[in-house]
Amino acid sequence: MTALSVSPPKITNSIDSEIPSSVFNEEKKFKMIAENVSVYYGNTMGVKNVTMKFPEKSVTALIGPSGCGKTTFLRCLNRMHDMTKNAKVEGKVMLDDIDLYDKSIDPIYHRRKVGMVFQKPNPFPTMSIYDNVVAGLKLNGVKDKRILDEIVEDSLKMAYLWDEVKNDLKKSAIELSGGQQQRLCIARALAIQPEVLLMDEPASALDPIATQKIEETIMELKKEYTIIIVTHNMQQAVRVSDYTGFMYLGELIEFRETKKLFTDPKNELTAKYVQGHFG
Amino acid sequence: MSTTNEKRQEYRALFKNNVKKRLLVDKIVHIIIFAFVIIAIIPLGSILVEVFKNGITAISYEFLTATPGSIGSGDGGIGPAIQGTLIIIGLASLIGVPIGVMSGIFLSEYGDNRLARNVRFFNDVFMEFPSIVLGIFAFLVIVLILGHFSVWAGAFALALIMFPIVARTTEESLKMVPITYREAGTALGLKKWVITFRIVISAAKSGMITGILLSVSRIGGETAPLIMTILGSSQFFSGLDVPMDALPLRIWRLSLLPYESSQLQGWGAALVLIFIIIGINMAIRYHFANGNGIITRLIKQGVRTKR
Repeated sequence: MTALSVSPPKITNSIDSEIPSSVFNEEKKFKMIAENVSVYYGNTMGVKNVTMKFPEKSVTALIGPSGCGKTTFLRCLNRMHDMTKNAKVEGKVMLDDIDLYDKSIDPIYHRRKVGMVFQKPNPFPTMSIYDNVVAGLKLNGVKDKRILDEIVEDSLKMAYLWDEVKNDLKKSAIELSGGQQQRLCIARALAIQPEVLLMDEPASALDPIATQKIEETIMELKKEYTIIIVTHNMQQAVRVSDYTGFMYLGELIEFRETKKLFTDPKNELTAKYVQGHFG
Repeated sequence: MSTTNEKRQEYRALFKNNVKKRLLVDKIVHIIIFAFVIIAIIPLGSILVEVFKNGITAISYEFLTATPGSIGSGDGGIGPAIQGTLIIIGLASLIGVPIGVMSGIFLSEYGDNRLARNVRFFNDVFMEFPSIVLGIFAFLVIVLILGHFSVWAGAFALALIMFPIVARTTEESLKMVPITYREAGTALGLKKWVITFRIVISAAKSGMITGILLSVSRIGGETAPLIMTILGSSQFFSGLDVPMDALPLRIWRLSLLPYESSQLQGWGAALVLIFIIIGINMAIRYHFANGNGIITRLIKQGVRTKR
């Protein structure tokens, strides 16, 4: 009760003006850049003018209390809001040098470059494990059995699931445990050979052992992918991420290297949050 | 904390006194529900028993295969009617199911606009239309224009009865599919129609099949629209643009005759119709319940119970 009895802090000093230019010490190549992204649900503003740069081959975590807009922001990065009727997105999301919100581009084509793993495991219930992994390929017209076999093995290995399922790939995906299902969803996202992987609290529905496996997977994947992960769990952010952004009430409050953000937060709000005083 | 220990004791005492009464109410509600189920089953059961009791004596090989004999003789059978019913159900389904399924997909997946709301409303109204009105409609636009009764007209009238039911049930079962599957498909860079046809429909299959079967059963017993369209015949099927017989028509004709032997044949025909409807239902359910046949399914179920 004590922590909650502190009234929700007001945002006193708004976004650091140095952010994002001074976040990174050395020169980095940025895979994805979000510029002045705002999201409206009807008249409510879910995300307010967020600018963030995601360096290549690294893990960026987004943390913040419930309802702060981190998932909403994440879903901008592959135009998931196109599916929500009332949502309106403003700003730019650059993937390499293409603006995903440019009117001339086809979001369907670019979503294939940005894989996504959701909060709840959502394997396709009527498909086998094998078919789930290759769903994105098969339904996009890849037919070559040899290539599909190769990708299934490769993706499942990357998601650390291969050893557990290699003997029953024809089994229905819903017969797997929750943790296995989530790793299957990671494999499914990897199978379309994305360049960026978005993860929306991928371990929140899982037990500690499954969580650990997912985290190991993330550590392994960052050698090749740019990963952006939303998490409620600050320890998880510390364990897996290189950079962390703290969001509050739709704004990006602080965005720095993970170590620095947690040990030496510049912003008063960030300090309170990472020390567990609210949220 | 404002609740003191004494107060808690008080509350607990309240609960305790209440338990007997609540258990009793629970029991009574159970009994009432059960009683109503029985009441609902009685007419259904008694119809089945009555039809079976009266109809079974009429059934013979000749009855199932022969053309009707002379009126009142008790000879002959309902072969043309059985054949006709199967043909008319098949044809009506061929027209009605695709239209219904597509409308259902439209209402569920693209249905968040004014047009769809209107379509949904008229679809619901259409579903409750008296079937004889649809029969008259088919009579006016097909029979009168072509100048003769025909199988086409009958199939058209029955398809009109069928597709609103299929559309509505398809819409409802597609809406039951969680949005997370659509999101997963979208995130994989799939086009909307691929997501709809390859992912959403396969998850909603059993609900859609229930709807289709419901509509098949419904048209299987329709009499009024057939009177105005396929008319009836005592010969086997001889073409799509001439009259044809069907079981409901045959039952209706036989039951109107003043001869006991004819009425007996009517009971027999009713029993056959019930068996055909049950048979279609079971066959289709069996076919779609698994995709790999009953043995694989049993093995899978075994695996599931073991876990």
